[in-house]
Amino acid sequence: MSHSVELQDIGMTFGATRAVRDVSFAVEGGEFFSILGPSGCGKTTILRMIAGFLEPTEGRVLIGGRDMGGLGPNQRPTAMIFQTLALFPLMSVAENIVFGLEARGISRAERAKMADELLKLIALEGYGDRKPGELSGGQRQRVAIARALAVEPQVLLLDEPLSALDLKLRQHMRAELRALQRRTGVTFIYITHDQSEALAMSDRIAVMSAGVLQQVGAPRDLYDNPQTPFVARFVGETNAIAGKVTEVAEGFAVVEADIGRLRGRAGQRLSVGDAATLYVRPEALTSGTADNKLQATVERIDFEGAFALAHGRFADGSALVASIPGAEMEHAPEAGGEAMFGFSADRAVVLVDV
Amino acid sequence: MSELYGRFGGGLATIFVALVLLWLTGMVLAPNIMMIDYALRPNLPPAQIGGPDDVYSFDNMLYLANEGVHRAIFFKTIWASALVAFITFVVCYPLAFWLAQHATPAQTGLAILALTIPFWINEVLRTLAWYILLAFRGPLNAVLLSLGIIDDPIRWYGNGGVLAGMVYAYILFMLFPIYNSIESLEKAQIEAARDLGASSWRIHWRVVIPHAKAGIATGCVFTFMLAAGSYVAPALLGAPGSRWFTEIIYNWFFEGGDWNRGAAYALVLLVLCLAVVLITLKLARVNLADVAK
Repeated sequence: MSHSVELQDIGMTFGATRAVRDVSFAVEGGEFFSILGPSGCGKTTILRMIAGFLEPTEGRVLIGGRDMGGLGPNQRPTAMIFQTLALFPLMSVAENIVFGLEARGISRAERAKMADELLKLIALEGYGDRKPGELSGGQRQRVAIARALAVEPQVLLLDEPLSALDLKLRQHMRAELRALQRRTGVTFIYITHDQSEALAMSDRIAVMSAGVLQQVGAPRDLYDNPQTPFVARFVGETNAIAGKVTEVAEGFAVVEADIGRLRGRAGQRLSVGDAATLYVRPEALTSGTADNKLQATVERIDFEGAFALAHGRFADGSALVASIPGAEMEHAPEAGGEAMFGFSADRAVVLVDV
Repeated sequence: MSELYGRFGGGLATIFVALVLLWLTGMVLAPNIMMIDYALRPNLPPAQIGGPDDVYSFDNMLYLANEGVHRAIFFKTIWASALVAFITFVVCYPLAFWLAQHATPAQTGLAILALTIPFWINEVLRTLAWYILLAFRGPLNAVLLSLGIIDDPIRWYGNGGVLAGMVYAYILFMLFPIYNSIESLEKAQIEAARDLGASSWRIHWRVVIPHAKAGIATGCVFTFMLAAGSYVAPALLGAPGSRWFTEIIYNWFFEGGDWNRGAAYALVLLVLCLAVVLITLKLARVNLADVAK
């Protein structure tokens, strides 16, 4: 079976800037796939190339195994949800939803029926005659989704549609989007710069930086096994301890840092003498004894509700952040005092610096 | 009013109010009341003015209603002005759309400069340029002949010439309102419509034109009013068969010597133009405040 969407070495050059270079990945049918990266990393450019608003300057875009070269956005089996939603303010909600069907020459009666069905799908029955301006942010969001789903796309492209919502609503819409995707079985390609959003919703995530694809993987996989320093730092919080590789054996490596010798998993092929960094997650740092021990001055404890974050500094001045679970709050180190932190070698990753 | 006084203080606010009142009475009310007064009186020799025959009546308007040639020219002026507005719209819309949605800032600047430069010249001179271009032995016929498109020169003066001259003269009055209204349309809406499978026609019909409606109505109203009241283009580029109603009004004033009848004709034109404009705005569901913007 062919992939739902496949990018083959696509690149995009605007004038003198190479916005995207040599990106290849495949998205499977029915997958919730996110493209994650900071602003300006080329993720929107990729989405627009899939949608057909931009023609890649290199490489090919395939949808359902078919080369999309030369096809405009109105000829592709994709539908896009814009960052601003781009609902038509002068049309009613129902007209908005069935606009794509109107464009396909579907009869008025048929359209009215579809509008009712879709309004039911997004739980906005009875709102069909209102104007988009009369709806709340979350409702407008749902209308935009229904409008895109109405044309029965194989792939739904979402360009940070939740970024304008407040936190509570955003979290609610995440769950709603995920449920809708499960229910409809449509492939979702979701663009975001918010890593927690990507981790929470996606089946798989492609991480982008400066126009280059860094890594593709399941959220858990990206979090636990980052393959590039960018992914290690961008996805989730981390402690980065720089040093030199002094020993490589059985998938583990030892890094000689200013603050001591630390052992972690080798995240890639390493050789003795490489300048490398050891990455360890805040929640992997415990106050108990373990393979690796670190001493740090605790500067402050930030209470976050379910857990607390201890911010500190190592002897060489570099920053440390450790997470303390709610249950262990009594044993939390005192702010201002010295404390020992430890982590087991298989919870840390060593990657060569680039 | 009290806000005005609150903000600017008694002295300045009084000056503002006085200026507005002066403007209204001096520039709007007085001339129009004079015209109505003239229109309703008979044309009498000076000795009889104020005499027993100097009474108000609708005779001057009725004269227009009963004079077949004038009546025909009157209605022709109205519909031809509508045609001018329509053609100007057809010419301007694609340009306005391109300028507002596709052109780079440099291109927009250049295009607007190029369109504005001719308007630094007096309207009479601009129309004279068309007079030269459209002459029987003029450049347009010469080009068409040399390209083999026509075998004999065409007499452009007349309806075609008047139309061309007016469309040219009023292009900016149509272009700018439409440009302004299309410019405020979010690009993503056009993209969304396209993404949902709409053809270019449908995008314009369903998304761009409804959004730009107020601008289009404004442009059409301006162009229609200017065309209906135009004198230079029909006088220079017209032929005896393409007379404009303004020319007849002119004749009553300056050749017929009957100011009263001329005023009556002008009044009828004014009232009908106003009616057409208000009906157009009503149909387009645009209110006067939007047009004023």
